[in-house]
Amino acid sequence: MQSLDINCSWNIRFFHWFLIFSALSFLAFFLFMPIALVFNLAFQEGISVYLSAITEPDAKAAIKLTLLVAVIAVPLNIVFGLAASWAITKFDFMGKSLLITLIDLPFSVSPVISGLIYILLFGANSVLAPVLKTYDIQIIFAVPGIVLATLFVTFPFVARQLIPLMQEQGIEEEEAAIALGANGFQTFFFVTLPNIKWALLYGVLLCNARAMGEFGAVSIVSGHIRGITSTVPLQVEILYNEYNFTAAFAVASLLAFLALITLCLKSFLEIKFSHEINVSNG
Amino acid sequence: MKTNQKILPGFSITLGFSVFYLCLIVIIPLAGLFLKSAGIGWDSFYQIVSAPRVLSAFKLSFGCAFIAAVINAFFGLLTAWVLVRYSFFGKRIVDALVDLPFAMPTAVAGIALTTLYAENGWIGEHLAAFGIKAAFNPLGIIIALTFVGLPFVVRTVQPILQDIDAEVEEAAASLGATRSQCFLKVVLPSITPALLTGFTLAFARGIGEYGSVIFIAGNIPMKSEIIPLLIAIKLEQFDYTGACAIALVMLLASFFLLFAINLIQRWHAARSM
Repeated sequence: MQSLDINCSWNIRFFHWFLIFSALSFLAFFLFMPIALVFNLAFQEGISVYLSAITEPDAKAAIKLTLLVAVIAVPLNIVFGLAASWAITKFDFMGKSLLITLIDLPFSVSPVISGLIYILLFGANSVLAPVLKTYDIQIIFAVPGIVLATLFVTFPFVARQLIPLMQEQGIEEEEAAIALGANGFQTFFFVTLPNIKWALLYGVLLCNARAMGEFGAVSIVSGHIRGITSTVPLQVEILYNEYNFTAAFAVASLLAFLALITLCLKSFLEIKFSHEINVSNG
Repeated sequence: MKTNQKILPGFSITLGFSVFYLCLIVIIPLAGLFLKSAGIGWDSFYQIVSAPRVLSAFKLSFGCAFIAAVINAFFGLLTAWVLVRYSFFGKRIVDALVDLPFAMPTAVAGIALTTLYAENGWIGEHLAAFGIKAAFNPLGIIIALTFVGLPFVVRTVQPILQDIDAEVEEAAASLGATRSQCFLKVVLPSITPALLTGFTLAFARGIGEYGSVIFIAGNIPMKSEIIPLLIAIKLEQFDYTGACAIALVMLLASFFLLFAINLIQRWHAARSM
């Protein structure tokens, strides 16, 4: 009897390890090896080549542009996310569920289409083209177009993180604050914001990662002008297509660093504040 | 609820701003695409989307996205299972890294996967020894789409697996069910809606994916040219009408998938009540 038990548990343990091994092998081929390869190739010719690749003028210009785009796009979407979730979760009105669906819409649109719609609106053949030309405003193949495309693809991140959480938190605390004489801003900053700060940070983190890393939509509207309308992901493409692989991977490693830092912070928030981020985790 | 609206301030300003901003960034630009497509006319629309090059791109995009979603459904379930049920060294890190495809810019993923699976790459050279050409081939597209779709299935199935009571399985086992019966009759039915949702999300993402695919695909017309790339090419040639017609079909496909996901979730909610 005892030998049978041991046999059985050996079989089960073998089966467990087989499953773990299969899952990890799959992840190795699709996740671990690609990320390892980025850093391996970035540093293959040594640290000085790496440093000169990420500090040459075009790379610097690309980094500056990416930071500029993120600095504009992320705060705008934060303001929108806060306003939308305040209106949606604190009040009842007609068409609320339609509004929630529309906020999520950009997630289901291909990046290429996200760029295309702005070309149709502001491009050379558009209805707005004559107006833009009179006032000498360039949107497509220029920085404003890149900002607009980035706004579109990062649109839902903050709002969709906050809405479920604020829905669950209800309105009692805010009502109490108002009843005690606080004004709207005081109520928001001293009652609502402390309740949602970690979820907000979580949403901002994801929004920022996407804003800095977006490729498809930005590539459609940018025109790929080196040093002027080239963000970091576009610079990676340019270098790669010029067969300048070491430089391409060096610049790419900056984005990979960003991705890893984002994941670290994200996991930290999830472990530490899971109840204050996502109601479904609670 | 009426009284609440009077107590809490800021309703009209926050709703007004949200709707204004939503219209400005999302609704008006998307409506522009529909307006432009409406002006094409049925005959030329049909001519554009039924051109052999467009049709073969549609077949390729949908086919590769489907295969990648199937791969992800299987390995995503396996990964979620392993992460929920077993403990092993480095599990936390593995769990965090599953979200890498969400956080990693697609262009970086694209060049990394291409270099990895090219004939002289770390994995590609071993595949080449068996006569398998991964990069610059439809197989490469499947590889890239498997990468981008990977977190969807894991992240939808994982919380459901966590919630399944171990007691239910123990009860089934004590009543004489074998391990495979336990899994097929107890676990699988309760995760099916989540698995389907994850599958559909991965599939929808795969159809529209651009950045990670264009490097590895090879982009040969009629052979390894995906739909989003075809739209980009038409735009580069200033063929806005052609780009719009194809984009409209893609957009309708993703709205249909969004609708399907809603149905699955409603079905799931109705069942769990």
